[in-house]
Amino acid sequence: MTQIFSDLIRELAVLFLSVVSALPAIIGYVAIILLFMLAWRVIRNRLTRAQDYTSLKTVTFGDESAVISDKSASVISVVLVFVIWGAFTGSGWLPGFLHAPGPFVGEAEFVYTVEEGNGARDDAAVTVIVHRTGEVPETPEVPPGDGFAKNDVLIVQAYRTKLLRWDANDEATRNDGAKIVAINGVPLTREADVDTGFGRVALTDKGTLNFEPGKGWQMEDIWLPAPDSVWRRLLSISREGYQNVTLAEHLSYSLFRVIVGFLLGALVGIPLGYAMGLSNWFRGWFDPIVEFMRPVPPLALIPLVIIWAGIGEQGKIILLFLAALWIMAIAARAGVSGVAISKVHAAYSLGASPLQIMRHVIVPNSLPEIFTGARVAMGVCWGTVVAAELVAAEKGVGKMIVAASKFQDTDVVLMGIILIGIIGFGIDMLMRRCERWLVPWKGRI
Amino acid sequence: MSGLEIQDVSMRFDLPNGGHVQALQNVSLSIKQGEIMSVLGPSGCGKTTLLNIVAGFLAPTEGEVVLNGHRVEGPDAERGMVFQQGALFEWMSVRDNVSFGPRMAGKRAAEWRENVDHLLDVVGLQDFKEKMVYELSGGMQQRVALARCLANDPDVILMDEPLGALDALTREKMQGLVLKLWKETGKTIILITHSVEEALLLGEHLLVMAPRPGRIHREYHLPFADLGVGKDLREIKKLPDFGERREEILGMIWDMEEEIMGRSEEAA
Repeated sequence: MTQIFSDLIRELAVLFLSVVSALPAIIGYVAIILLFMLAWRVIRNRLTRAQDYTSLKTVTFGDESAVISDKSASVISVVLVFVIWGAFTGSGWLPGFLHAPGPFVGEAEFVYTVEEGNGARDDAAVTVIVHRTGEVPETPEVPPGDGFAKNDVLIVQAYRTKLLRWDANDEATRNDGAKIVAINGVPLTREADVDTGFGRVALTDKGTLNFEPGKGWQMEDIWLPAPDSVWRRLLSISREGYQNVTLAEHLSYSLFRVIVGFLLGALVGIPLGYAMGLSNWFRGWFDPIVEFMRPVPPLALIPLVIIWAGIGEQGKIILLFLAALWIMAIAARAGVSGVAISKVHAAYSLGASPLQIMRHVIVPNSLPEIFTGARVAMGVCWGTVVAAELVAAEKGVGKMIVAASKFQDTDVVLMGIILIGIIGFGIDMLMRRCERWLVPWKGRI
Repeated sequence: MSGLEIQDVSMRFDLPNGGHVQALQNVSLSIKQGEIMSVLGPSGCGKTTLLNIVAGFLAPTEGEVVLNGHRVEGPDAERGMVFQQGALFEWMSVRDNVSFGPRMAGKRAAEWRENVDHLLDVVGLQDFKEKMVYELSGGMQQRVALARCLANDPDVILMDEPLGALDALTREKMQGLVLKLWKETGKTIILITHSVEEALLLGEHLLVMAPRPGRIHREYHLPFADLGVGKDLREIKKLPDFGERREEILGMIWDMEEEIMGRSEEAA
């Protein structure tokens, strides 16, 4: 027990340190937000002075009705996300001056000084060619130069390092007791690397040189691809597909599972909720089951569902059915229980039968609650389907991004995440539209 | 025999802690057909319980309610109810709300349409027939509730503080409307209120109830409702008789409230 406790404390300390190291970035971002706010205020005041009701309030602090989302801030915020993303990935969508310093690419030269066992020294030049990922530059011919140390050529890919066996062509080798003592005239030891301006040169234990080209501030494609390459990937994948499955197929499989699972869940959950809202016996019967299953996250059921139903469509639909079922049952129960008794009484004294009251009073009265439940359930189902596909699936957006991550196709992973976000948002907007259309009285009485 | 008879009705609620509340004790009362009766009393005197028993939403522990010679066993279209907050169906338009009773009875639109439109004209909602009820103000919603009740043509109309949630001006107008509808339709009306003035204006027959246990304290038969039909109710309020009655009943209720306060102070 104390072991666990001390382990957790250590984890907390590590976490704290990483938060502290992220502080400059956070403070910088907040500074940018405030800067834009001031700038926008100045611009807007120059253009027009708003004379709406809110602008005339003298007290707005803590006034909920006075705080409305500023659309220009939203636009700037989204644009800035892409600008920052592009700046640190060297995106082609941004003008070059906005780019963060990139990795060194091109040809450069450094000079190493060799000292023989007898103290004699000689210099030789190394021509370094740093190339981008995927490019294969030609190896240039360099004259060997005079003295016992001969000139070398080193070809290295950006973000990678390369060992230089400098004595491969020299007359004095490490076996003869020769060693490198300086780079560009700066003394080189095991402890002290030398910065050449375009990269760092270090001495290895075996006496060879290790060259690491300058990385700059930009992210490597494998960590974070540029927005334009994600976009190009989206275009190419929607045309050609990813790993022999088209994007449309991935998406439609995921959506199919969500819609079928949700509909089944609603089909069973709503009558179940009605029964629980109308009958003491059903309420008592299902309360323990529903109240127990509701807090179990659907993701925790994935292993069991795989054991029982395998990784085919059936298993996933069962999972989504279970995810939607409890939410819909509870929403329907709340909708029925929430009917004001005076409305039922009014209907009775207008001569309605219990069945008519069910049809004309209780069901319509429960619709707003059911819609709220449906929105929550759709959100949960969408999240669950992606997670289930991450674990095991043949097709689906979740499957696509997990496969892409195994091949380090980070652009596909990012594209998948963005698509998942957009579709989730779209589903919610669609549900809200339906809500406004079908239950316009919601929240109005 | 016609009219409403409340015969020796008692109502006792058992509490979860083993005690009980005597909401009504041996209440007997008869209301003639076409009579408008208002019920007054301090809170907790069982006014609403009595109304719910007449409506059939509650079964009395003792006694019975007899309407036109048959015993009340449950809610029925012969006894319409108007609630404090309208209890309208917000998923329906004004017209659908008002025609709810006839529609549930299986009548075709041709049978009820004329009457429903007429009633909406009477309550002054001719321009709002197609509106949804959540688009109306509180006073308009209450008029929809009245029209909905009338459209079902009940023998007795029960009103549970129907004007309680309205502002003073709207309330005065609605009082005039209730009197007008009472005279035109000849319905029996029981109206619960907290306002002594309203009870005097609208009560041909006025019942003052006392609490713990809920019982009838005094019964009055008053001329003001008849006088007020079609008149400016403010003129009625200026009558010397009216002022006298108002002071008398206010004093009576005041004393009862004092007594309740005193009793709860003793208990504390």
